[in-house]
Amino acid sequence: MLDSLELKNLQEKAKSIRRNIVEMVYSAVSGHPGGSLSIADVLTVLYFHEMNINVNNPKDENRDRLVLSKGHCSPALYSVLAEKGFFPKEDLNTFRKINSYLQGHPDMKKIPGVDMTSGSLGQGLSVANGMAIAGKLDNKDYRVYCIMGDGEIEEGQIWEAAMTSSKYKLDNLCAIVDNNNLQIDGKIEDVMSPYPINKKFESFGFNVIEIDGHNFEEIINAFEKSKNVKEKPTVIIAKTTKGKGVSYMENQAGWHGKAPNEEEYKLALEELK
Amino acid sequence: MNFENKKATRQSYGEALVELGKENKNVVVLDADLAGATKTNMFLKEFPDRFFDIGIAEQDMIATAAGLSTCGKIPFASTFAVFATGRVYDQIRNSICYPNLNVKICATHCGISVGEDGATHQMLEDINLMRGLPNMTVISPADDTEAKWAVRKASEINGPVYIRFGRASTPIIYDENTKFELGKGIQFGEGTVATIFATGIMVAEALKAKEELEKENINIRVVDIHTIKPIDKELIIKCAKETDKLISIEEHSIIGGLGTAISEVLTDNYPKKLIRLGMKDCFGKSGSASELLKYFELTSNKIIDVVKEELN
Repeated sequence: MLDSLELKNLQEKAKSIRRNIVEMVYSAVSGHPGGSLSIADVLTVLYFHEMNINVNNPKDENRDRLVLSKGHCSPALYSVLAEKGFFPKEDLNTFRKINSYLQGHPDMKKIPGVDMTSGSLGQGLSVANGMAIAGKLDNKDYRVYCIMGDGEIEEGQIWEAAMTSSKYKLDNLCAIVDNNNLQIDGKIEDVMSPYPINKKFESFGFNVIEIDGHNFEEIINAFEKSKNVKEKPTVIIAKTTKGKGVSYMENQAGWHGKAPNEEEYKLALEELK
Repeated sequence: MNFENKKATRQSYGEALVELGKENKNVVVLDADLAGATKTNMFLKEFPDRFFDIGIAEQDMIATAAGLSTCGKIPFASTFAVFATGRVYDQIRNSICYPNLNVKICATHCGISVGEDGATHQMLEDINLMRGLPNMTVISPADDTEAKWAVRKASEINGPVYIRFGRASTPIIYDENTKFELGKGIQFGEGTVATIFATGIMVAEALKAKEELEKENINIRVVDIHTIKPIDKELIIKCAKETDKLISIEEHSIIGGLGTAISEVLTDNYPKKLIRLGMKDCFGKSGSASELLKYFELTSNKIIDVVKEELN
C-alpha cells in the first residue's frame, strides 16, 4: 500500500514531468504533448516506484526493461529519465534540435536509459516479447514493460505479437495500453475502433487489468497484481485523458502533435504549478 | 571444374546453424511456419528450447528477433526471401538497422529458381531492398561451402546481416578449405577479354561459360561477388582496368542489385560500360527452375553469347 508521503512525492514528480513535457515541446516548436501527458502518471510510477533499474549502469543485464512502443511520446520518457538522473535535466531543452542526442523518437544507441528504439508504431510488443523470451532462456527475473497507444493497437502486428506473448506464457511481460481514446484523425472509435480492447486481449490469452491511468494507487496495485499472475502475460488498460493536466489540451485530438505558442505555454506552466 | 556435385544453399544453412548452435548457446533461431522449407527445422531438432516458431507472422518474427538481440542473443530469423525482406521492410529498417541490432536475416527461396510457385514467391528485389539500408551487411553465397562460411561470418559480425539462400540444388564450387573474406570477391582466372561479375548461383554459370570459352581460346575471368555490401571496390576497379569488357549476372532484378552496386563503384572511380544481365525489370512466372533460368536467360550460354557479341 501507498503511504501518503510516497503518494505526495509521486504526484509532485508527475507534475514536474508534465512541466518538462510542455517545456520540451514548446522549446522544440514540435513534438507530441497530448499522449505524453496522458501516459505521464504511469511512467512516473514505473520509474519511481516499480522498475528495478540502475542509473549508474543503464545497461545492467538484470534490469527491468521498458519499450515505449508509442515512441512519439518521447517527451514523457525523456522527462522521466532526466528526473531519474540518466542525463542532465538541462538537456531536455535540446530535444529535437540538430546537435542533440534527444532525438524526436526514442533512440537506444544515443540516449542513456532508453531500452529500445521506437517510432514506427506497432512493433514494440514484439520487441518486448523478444526481451521477455531472452529473460526466460537465461533464467533471469527481470520484467519487461511495453507501453502502447490505443490508436497504435490498430496495427495488425500488435495482435501477431499478442499471440506470441501468450504462446510463450510470458508472465514476465506487462503491456500497458494508454487508452486516452484519441488519435490524430479523431476518436479511436470513429477512425478505426479497437474496442472492446479488454475482450480482445482476453481472447488472446492475456490477464487483463483495467484502471484509471491517473490514479496512482490503482496503477501501483495493477503492477503488483501483474507480478502474481503466472503462465500468462498481463495487459493493463489504463483509462487516461489525452493532454492531462493542461486544461486546453485535455481531450483534444488537435494537441496530439502540436507545440503551444508563448501564451499557451505560460498558461500550461501556470496550471502545472 | 566438376559441376555435378550439388547441394541447395538452404540445406547448407540448416547444417551450419546446427554447428553454430553447438558452439554458442546465445544463438537462437526464429521461423515463420516454414521451418521445413528453410531447413531451420534441423536446428529445432537439436535445440528445441532455442527455436521459436512465430507462425505466419513475419513482422512479429523480425521485431521479436530485435528484442532478443538487445538481451545478448544472436537471433537468426528465416523465411522465404519475399517475406523476409519486402513484407517486413519497415521492421528491419526501424527496429534492426537503425538501432544497429545484432540480428541475422537468413532468407531462402531467392530468385527465379524458386520455380513452380511463380512470381509471388520468386524474390527478385531483395538485394536492392537490403543493400539500401545503413548498417546492413549483405551476403549472397554461391555454393554450399560459401553459404556455411557466410552463416559463421554473420555470427561474428556485431550488427544486422542479410544472407540470401536458394531453393534449388546447385553445383558445389569451393572445397571446404577455401578461405573467404567478407567484402572480398574471389577471382577465377586472369583472362583479359572480359570480367564476368557474378553472385549466388550465377557464379557456377559464369564458371561454365569461362570453361567453354577457353576451348575457343577466349580467355575471360570470373569474379564471385559474395558480399554485395560492403562491396569489393578494389577488385572491381582492378578488373575494370585489366579487362576489355565488363559483364554482371545475377538472379535478381538488374535494378538495385549486383549490377547496380558495381555500376556505382565504376561511376565513382573508373567510368566504364557494364553489361548487366539479370531480371529485366519484370516478374517471374511458374515453371521448373532450369526452364525458368533458360527462359530468362540466366545461363552460361547467355554469357557466352554476350561475350562473343561484344568481341565482334
